[in-house]
Amino acid sequence: MPEAEEIRPLEVSEVTKSFNRTKVVDGISFNVEPGEIFGLIGPNGAGKTTGIRMIMDIIKPDAGRIKVFGESLNERTKDSIGYLPEERGLYKKLSVLQSLLYIASLKSVESQRARSRASELLERVGMLAHQNKKNEELSRGMSQIVQFLTAVIHEPRLIILDEPFANLDPVNTELIKEIILEQRGQGKSIILSTHRMNEIEELCDRVFMINKGRGVLYGELSEIKARYRRNSVFLEYEGELGELEGIARRQDHHGSTELILEKDASPHEILEQLVHRGVKIIRYEVSTPPLNDIFLQVVGKAGE
Amino acid sequence: MNKTYLIFRHEFLNTVRRTGFIIMTLIVPLLALLGIGAYHVVSGISKPVEEAEKIGYVDEAGGFDQFTSHGNLTLVPFQTQDEANNALAINEIKEYFIIPPDYISTGVVNRYTMQKELYPPPATMTAINTFLLKNLLSGQVPASTASRIEAPLNLVTVTLTATGEVAPEQGGFGNFVFPGVFSILLVLAIIFSSTYLLQGLGEEKENRLIEILLSSVSTRQLLTSKVLGIGAAGLVQVAVWVVSAPLLLRLASSSIGGFISTIQLPAHFLILGIIYFILGYLLFAVLSASIGAISSSSREGQQLIAIFTLPAVAPLWFISLLMMFPNNPVWIGLSIFPLTAPVAVMIRLGVTDVPAWQLAASIAVLVVSIVGGLLITIRVFRTYLLMYGKRPGLGKVLSMVLKG
Repeated sequence: MPEAEEIRPLEVSEVTKSFNRTKVVDGISFNVEPGEIFGLIGPNGAGKTTGIRMIMDIIKPDAGRIKVFGESLNERTKDSIGYLPEERGLYKKLSVLQSLLYIASLKSVESQRARSRASELLERVGMLAHQNKKNEELSRGMSQIVQFLTAVIHEPRLIILDEPFANLDPVNTELIKEIILEQRGQGKSIILSTHRMNEIEELCDRVFMINKGRGVLYGELSEIKARYRRNSVFLEYEGELGELEGIARRQDHHGSTELILEKDASPHEILEQLVHRGVKIIRYEVSTPPLNDIFLQVVGKAGE
Repeated sequence: MNKTYLIFRHEFLNTVRRTGFIIMTLIVPLLALLGIGAYHVVSGISKPVEEAEKIGYVDEAGGFDQFTSHGNLTLVPFQTQDEANNALAINEIKEYFIIPPDYISTGVVNRYTMQKELYPPPATMTAINTFLLKNLLSGQVPASTASRIEAPLNLVTVTLTATGEVAPEQGGFGNFVFPGVFSILLVLAIIFSSTYLLQGLGEEKENRLIEILLSSVSTRQLLTSKVLGIGAAGLVQVAVWVVSAPLLLRLASSSIGGFISTIQLPAHFLILGIIYFILGYLLFAVLSASIGAISSSSREGQQLIAIFTLPAVAPLWFISLLMMFPNNPVWIGLSIFPLTAPVAVMIRLGVTDVPAWQLAASIAVLVVSIVGGLLITIRVFRTYLLMYGKRPGLGKVLSMVLKG
């Protein structure tokens, strides 16, 4: 029996959902571990939002099982999830503080605690002075920050963020990223759903990729990248390279050379040859493709 | 704290703080006050002018020469039509009439005037009528009989109970005031509350807070707390109107006088009034919620809900027909049909005795409609609430309801 804090925040097994006889989510399974940032990626219309809504118990799956902190969804587990929907907003006529307190109360936070937590968070994002402003008076960026705060006000152990950086300026994007990393530092688990691959690469530990309702990639980000790596190395050097064994071809990039390896050659053997020849190596890097390329490759394959 | 209560409180406070709500709450008593003021002003202006007027006549039949004075109207005889015409031209008389020789057999009297009018003024009609009648009867019957023939009926109706005793409620217009006012208030409350519910849902769909609400509470909790929250605000509004009513009536009574004293509020009406008020409100709240769920914007929702609020108001359009024939099968049907029942029953209660079986049937149909409506709404609510920007066809909603 694992210890209390080691209980898996989320287990999704064989979950399926159809609308009008079309399978929008088709037998997906994945787990989210404690203290990790988990990327949920996929093209538009892949089934990400439907998946999230099932996790949030907004819609019921047709088949499969969803467990949050080891239990089926119930009042208590719902309170331990923080959720930021896509294309969201706030009650226009309420003040910033009233909005935060109302959402906190719906998540069973006691009112005194909610107040101190709201002050703490507003202070953290530099908006304490705006707490009594009506939401309709806020700038778009400020409003998005407050929306983000409603997802974390109740100190949820699992935070689900659907496109949290959409339409944010670089300063606010950095602020939200910092808070996400702080949350992970506190042992919270975060699900990040986005199609901005650079943010996934920067923040996520593991990813699950969904395309046309089906899971197509799942695992450690580094492991996935290794799996999709092209068999090549990037080299910056001084001196003569000459002919090398195990190299299929060379490709000169801006300031570096990419050596594409033959099928059974390893980067290690190539490095040995270079050292042996006394080439002065400035940079030697086994190439890993950007997640974006993997994304396009996987989606492209599925589309064929 | 209970989440249903939290949403209830949020909806209630949000509604009563709306500028539109505050204006509507205050405007009804203000309009009534204005109405009373206007009544005073108009009745002051339109008081009959106390000026003696002359009407000419030419008696070609003969024998019409007495009883020429009627209040401030005096009948002046002329020998010929030409003389009468001349008098009319120089404004000596305001009009004249001719009693032709064959009047006794035909009853025709020709009236000449320079005024354009739809109908002859009632005072003139009465004066000519009485003049003819009294002259015809003169010498034929005693004077007292003549005046009885002039006004033969002074009807006093007494309503009896089954045991033959004088009933405590004697009906009449006094009894109709409360049902009339109550049904108008009900219609106003239904329209405003359904608008608030639709606007609220529209806003929550637009800003996706509906997803946060649905991920925190069940559909049943959300619907119940919304309907009750906005309903409570509606009741506060009606309470303000009802409390201001006695004050307004007191103000009005000085001018409208004795009529106010005939107003009665029977206990059974008050109880039925409250029952129909609550059932009517609940039915329309449930309808608004389901329409809010399937419509793509709050504007579209308000157009759709009009299909349902129109029948609710409909009995008020035909109120005069209803008052004349309160037990016509059409009204019985409308008293049982759930959308029209609250207003139709309330109006009929003020005019007639509604049989117990009709009340029972109407309340039962309303309750079944509310419960059925709620169950259907819970089924469609979640799915269609999340289909932003597209409204499902009727067929899809029906198949969804059937399949669940």
